[in-house]
Amino acid sequence: MNHIAIAPLLLPLFTGICLLLLREQRIYVKRIIAGISNIALIVIAIELLLQVADGTILVYALSDWAAPYGITLVADRLAGWMVLTTSMLSIFALIYAMHGVDREGRHFHIMFQLQLFGLNGAFLTGDLFNLFVFFEVLLLASYSLLLHGGGRKRIRSGLHFVVINVVGSSLFLFAVGTLYGVLGTLNMADLAVKVAATPPENLVLVHSAGMLLFAVFALKAALLPFYLWLPSAYSQTSAPAAALFAIMTKVGAYSILRVYTLIFGDHAGPLANLLDGWLLPMALLTIAIGTFGLLGSKRLRQQVAYLVVISAGTLLTCFSLNSEAGIAAGLYYLPHTTFATAALFLLADLIVKRRGLMEDRLDAGYVITQQKFLGAIFFTLAILAAGLPPLSGFLGKFMLLQAALDHPAVVFIMTIVLLNGLLTVIGLARSGSLMFYEAHAVDKSTNTYNKQELPEPLNVRELLPIFALLGLCLAMTLWAGTLTKFTAETAAQLLDTKSYIEAVLGKGAP
Amino acid sequence: MEALISLLIGVLTAGGVYLCLRSHTFPVVLGLTLLSYAVNLFLFMMGRLVIGQPPIISADASGYADPIPQALVLTAIVISFAMTAFIIVLALKARTEMGNDHVDGKDVS
Repeated sequence: MNHIAIAPLLLPLFTGICLLLLREQRIYVKRIIAGISNIALIVIAIELLLQVADGTILVYALSDWAAPYGITLVADRLAGWMVLTTSMLSIFALIYAMHGVDREGRHFHIMFQLQLFGLNGAFLTGDLFNLFVFFEVLLLASYSLLLHGGGRKRIRSGLHFVVINVVGSSLFLFAVGTLYGVLGTLNMADLAVKVAATPPENLVLVHSAGMLLFAVFALKAALLPFYLWLPSAYSQTSAPAAALFAIMTKVGAYSILRVYTLIFGDHAGPLANLLDGWLLPMALLTIAIGTFGLLGSKRLRQQVAYLVVISAGTLLTCFSLNSEAGIAAGLYYLPHTTFATAALFLLADLIVKRRGLMEDRLDAGYVITQQKFLGAIFFTLAILAAGLPPLSGFLGKFMLLQAALDHPAVVFIMTIVLLNGLLTVIGLARSGSLMFYEAHAVDKSTNTYNKQELPEPLNVRELLPIFALLGLCLAMTLWAGTLTKFTAETAAQLLDTKSYIEAVLGKGAP
Repeated sequence: MEALISLLIGVLTAGGVYLCLRSHTFPVVLGLTLLSYAVNLFLFMMGRLVIGQPPIISADASGYADPIPQALVLTAIVISFAMTAFIIVLALKARTEMGNDHVDGKDVS
């Protein structure tokens, strides 16, 4: 058996445990361990992706219990792509955190590693109950990361986040229980076979369980009407945590993609394409609401949080087309939007530190230190996030629109996606001009505002992550040909559920 | 028996949902606990109600109880227990930070 499929899980888990044992140690010991582990994770993710790139599906049966009896891990192109995106994002969030945020509590690095463990597990598991377990792992770690550092507002939005996710977990269990009660299995490949052969008297039960699962995943993906927890939670937390959380909504999108192509996809008999008519309107409305939120935001970090909502909507619009081109567009757009929003969260933190009492309020304040430099980065990232040419966001949206051309709802998709692009640019340009162009010169004699200490000059640990994330998006633009070919192959593999089922259950499977 | 259990799960869920919608943290925590009881019972029942049968293979068994829901519910209990502990601590922390136990931190008397 090839052990590479379980390596992205074991590495962060063991690093987390090591860090727990070393929690009394000096901070730099923990930083070195966490950093090395994260770099190793990138290497493993690249190796995993290279092994599955030719279309092999690696199946890892835990304790060698064959599917469908034991728990299986399944690494295909999609899982490899998601694991690589996560590890690339996390190293830069980690480097940024090393500039002080990780000092605010002893357990930051432990929770960070456990969060990676949960994320990678969710991407690699081939079992629905196991997916629930990894959701809980990543959520519990995210609760601590979200609350890391404390503070009144953070606690309040954290409380909402925790309560709504615990309710979501209960719904998940209800859905999983119903599926098991009716079909007698929880292995995803086996479910795909069994759902297609559901006896007519049980159709309603399986249908409602499928929709309940969708509600849970929509909650994680921050889809309308379940997105309300996101803006306050993401805008109140510390910058590296928010940057890492940029991938968390993508876990919901990933689960929707996986479950509703594999289990309730084209081959599911009477339950085929369960989400037709649900996902597309919800995703488009999410984009619309997110755009309004972005325009109405009074704070920069809130605005970036609404960008996360918009990106979730755009991503699910791609997936809802249920065609190879649509899914391929979504998979290309996914890392781009993750990196862009993460970089914006980090940049917002740099701006907050320099604006003193103004924090990230969108009002004209005083001229901040390194104003031109930060402003230039802000406008570059804004162009990137809004999807203007020539960067990767534009390519992703262009692929989406191209894929939508022969969809019956093409008018709505075009209108909403293009209007969203325009309004996002306007919203971000307004914030940028308020913060950078309209800033007053500091009058040293009268104001008390700037008497506080000036922030230290920009540190490499602050700038490197932002530039690196920007560089990753640039690389995605330059190597767009290779990457889109890969995402198209990934989409084809996803829609070819037979090969997945055969890989997991063996050749003799029906 | 099935009807009684279903009714029990229904009542627990209804109570849990009602309490989750309350405006103070303590009822919300209780509501989440009730919800997790309901879901645990529900998961357990998904193996069907079987009385006096072994869950593992034995030579003289006339039938079997499904062992998988038992394993699932054990996992679910552990997770919901940990979550409840976390939420209680968080609710206490919110109470001290915000000075009252309203979920939005508002001053309502």
